[in-house]
Order: sequence, then C-alpha cells, then structure tokens
Amino acid sequence: MPRPADGSPENPGAHTLFDVQEMELNFGPQHPSTHGVLRLVLKVDGEKILEAKPDVGYLHRGTEKLFETETYPMGIPHTDRMDYVAAATNNHAFCLTIEKLLGVEIPRRAQLIRVILDELQRLSSHLVWLGTSGIDLGAVTPFWYAFREREQILDFFEEYCGARLTLNCMRIGGLPFDLTPGWIERLSEFLDDLPARIDDYEQLLTDNRIWKKRTVGVGVISAEECIEWGLTGPVLRGSGREWDLRRAQPYECYDELDFIVPTRPGGDTYDRYIVRVQEMRQSVRILKQCVAKLGPGEIRGKVPRVIKPPAEEVYASIEAPKGELGFYCVSNGTNRPYRMHCRPPSFINLQALPRLAKGHLISDLVALIGTIDIVLGEVDR
Amino acid sequence: MTEEKPKEAPKKLEAHDASSHPWVESLRAALPDTVLSAKEFAGQVTVTVAREAMARVARHLKDAEDFKYCVDVTAVDWKDRQPRFDVVYHFYSFSKNGRLRVKCGAADGEDVPSIASVYLAANWPERETWDMFGIRFSGHPDLRRILTWEGFHGHPLRKDFPLEGVDTGAAIYPEEWPEGGGPSLDDPNRKAVS
Repeated sequence: MPRPADGSPENPGAHTLFDVQEMELNFGPQHPSTHGVLRLVLKVDGEKILEAKPDVGYLHRGTEKLFETETYPMGIPHTDRMDYVAAATNNHAFCLTIEKLLGVEIPRRAQLIRVILDELQRLSSHLVWLGTSGIDLGAVTPFWYAFREREQILDFFEEYCGARLTLNCMRIGGLPFDLTPGWIERLSEFLDDLPARIDDYEQLLTDNRIWKKRTVGVGVISAEECIEWGLTGPVLRGSGREWDLRRAQPYECYDELDFIVPTRPGGDTYDRYIVRVQEMRQSVRILKQCVAKLGPGEIRGKVPRVIKPPAEEVYASIEAPKGELGFYCVSNGTNRPYRMHCRPPSFINLQALPRLAKGHLISDLVALIGTIDIVLGEVDR
Repeated sequence: MTEEKPKEAPKKLEAHDASSHPWVESLRAALPDTVLSAKEFAGQVTVTVAREAMARVARHLKDAEDFKYCVDVTAVDWKDRQPRFDVVYHFYSFSKNGRLRVKCGAADGEDVPSIASVYLAANWPERETWDMFGIRFSGHPDLRRILTWEGFHGHPLRKDFPLEGVDTGAAIYPEEWPEGGGPSLDDPNRKAVS
C-alpha cells in the first residue's frame, strides 16, 4: 500500500506530532562529494533542505591578477590550474581570445589537432564526471571503468605534451609541438574501441533501477530558467535547449564537422546524465572525422615573437565540457594584458545550486553537486 | 612538401564607430541620452551607457531586444582615469545569435544600479566585482564578498593592490612573516601592479 502523503489526515507527519526545529548544517568544505573545497550552509528540516547557501573561494589564487603581471604566453599555464580536469579547453579559450585580438589565422593542421585535443579533453572530463558522480550515488563500479579509459586518454596527452593534467598544450597562434609518430594510429585504435566501452557504462547505469531512483525527477529545471540563471553546457541541453557554441558560433573547424547536439526534454539529473553520455559518443564521431581530415602542414600561424596586441578589448568563448568558457581581454598595447577576465562555467552554474536543491533531501544534494559538474579550481580561480 | 605560399602580414584589425548598429539605435530610441558611445572591434559591438541608467538598459535589452542571457559582469580598473572603473557586461541573444558588450563608467565609491533583479545570472558576478574591485551595486539582494572571506581588507584586482597580498593578520609562518600574511607597508619588496 502506498504511503499517504505527508500532511494528509492518514499521515499527519512529524510537524503536527512533534516539535520540529530547523537546523543549520555545514556541508563541506571537507566532504568527499563536494569534489574539492565547496562549503554549503544548509538550512534543513530533518532531511529536507529548506535553503542552501554555497560558500566558495577556498581555492582562490588570484589567477586574474597573475595574468596582469605576466606576458601573454606566460598566462597559458595558469589556465591549466583553473578547470584542472579539462586543461586543453582552458588553454584553447585563452589562446583564442588573444588570437582574436591579434587577428591571427591558425593553420589548418593546428586547427584539427586543437579540435582533437579538445574532444579528447571533453571525453576525459566527462569520464571523470561519470566516475565520481556515480560513486557519490553509490554506483562504485562505473568509476573503475571510466577511469580505465581516462587513463588511456591521459597517456595520449602525456605522449603529446609530456603532461597528463596541466597540459599547457596550446600556444597563441597554434600549437607547441607536432604529433609524435604513431600517435594518430594509436588514437584510431582507441576510438574504434571506445563506443563499446561507452555501451558498458550505459549497461551499468542507464536502465539501472537504483540509478534511476536517485536521478529521475531530481533537480528539475526548465530551459527558460536555465537561461535566466546563465546555465550553459550539458545542463542547458539536458533541459531541451539545443545550444552548443561549437554549432552556434563555430570556432576552429567545427563548422565543417558533422555531429549532433544531443538534447533531452526532462531537465532532471537523469537527462543531464544521458546528454553527457551522448556527448561522449559525438566526441568520438568528431575525433574520427578529424583523424580522417588531418593532413600535413604548419602547426603555428604567423605570430610575432613578442605579442603586443592593439589597445582594444575582446571576448571569446568556447564550448568547454562544463559549459561556456569565455575570456575577456583588455589590452593597453603592451606585452602584458591590462585585464584578463575569465567567465568560468562552473562558477556561474554553481549559483543555481540553491534553486535546484530547494525541497530535496540531503542525499539528493550530493546528486545535484555531481550533476552540475563543477570543478572548484575554476569556481574560485 | 606543401607549396610555399607568399607571406602576407596579418591584416590589422581596427575599431570603428558602431552608432548606426541596429541594437544601438534601438537602445538610443528607447532610452534617449543613455548611450554615450558605441564601437565595433573584431565583430564585437561595445556600447558605453550612463551609469545611472544601467538597470533600465538591461531591462530594455532583455525585454525588447531579446538578450535573454547575461553572460558575465566584470570590471576594469583604469587607476588614473576619471571615472576610475569600467563595469563591463556581456549579453547574448539566442534569437540573434549575437553578443553585445555594455560598459558604464564608475568613479571610486560610486554605486552602480544592480541588474541582479533583471538577470538572476548577474548575482554572483556582481558579488565578485564588488569583492575584487570594491564597486557597490545598489539594489543587489545579497552583496557580500564571494572569493575572499568576510573581513578581508582591500579589493585584490585594483591596480594599487600589491601582488604579494596585504597583511591580513593571519600568519601561517610567524617566524618568517612576523606581521601576517604578506609584506608590511614599508617593505621595499612590496609592489603594486600597474
């Protein structure tokens, strides 16, 4: 027999039977499910969240101040430390902004390798998300599968640029290195293999009853509300809006690549999960096309040795794994940026967490932190 | 090998006046005397508006011009200029697939009307701008520091804030830094970023 609704005559609920106290609870900053140092001040009634107030800034390193003190190319390694599970896309957005300011054209081979690095990074970022947010909800098995494949992707990065996480793998006007011999062949083998692995993750989760119980209907948000809150990336697409900067305002050579922007109408945690998994499949598709198109050529455009952009301002953004990642650069004609501001998707997406969490249980909050996919390095900068 | 292409110098981008741009025209028609200047650089339109009108400008852009998505709010410190700060807003319109940058000047200590009631997305970016630059947003629902902590002195992204930080009284290594977390005011190594 289903349990009568709380507050109905058959089930008056705790409120009418006992004295209930609202309680304030500190969630984090040291909590494994916050994926870093995020503190949430919760106002709870039993297990129910009445109000959640995020408190961020524990990882603030003054990156924007550092950009101002160093030359343009010296800023690139700092971007690695923002979204530290997706360094390539950070490098890309940073370089793209300065290239826009300079008006430099990127050689075709460099564009294709950049797209390859971006999509590998998207895959690895989504794999980290899949593994960790699964663990948060008690699904430990997918973690081992996801991190196995991520390890292979990190090996590709290591072979390309020597680093696994803080890649520093792009330069203003192109790339630092060409691909090593055999890299593309090994990548093709990996890509042939990957769709079957993604099937494995889906087999573990997509129709899993427990997974669905924990995610379906949790944190529902409409597309209009997403836009109002500035939510972008898989969160917006999970609410049914087909908007992806790779399609809407294509950069590099995304306009000639054939891929689908996956969307789901529901706007809940489950739909965001499906969107991300579909995105991984599309990334494989994009990577295969890039591998086929890749020909010999230059990897660096015509960029002056000392980069002194005109005294202007520019904003450029890309579709990072977590949403719109943009940089706003103000130049005063010297070799250092006068002001370099980052528009981090995690920071903006996190501000909608109180809206998503309201009325849910504390255990759902864990699912919600996972589903908006934040990286605290990027939130706090 | 690939054929040699004749080497061309990259064409220099130049800013030009954008007063006749339809979005600027619409803004000027709806709110006379608010648009101070408009320019276009690298295909991006920047409108400078009067500070007092900022909330009305945002409302007009959202309702009449369909700029439904407030991408970002930030500021630039020009230190010796009057007014000292530029508060910079980025808006995006899904129907136009276009971006618009709106700027307004603010002197040190002057309030800027908050647009957090127009765009919920502007809430945290405005808090960040307050925290980093010390620009107050009047009418903001919850204007607290966000990246630094309550009780922090100064605003780190101002150009006269020293790169090494300031003495906050929170010494981590008391032997090395007896006075706190950074060099003291008369330390010759203390320098501000210009």
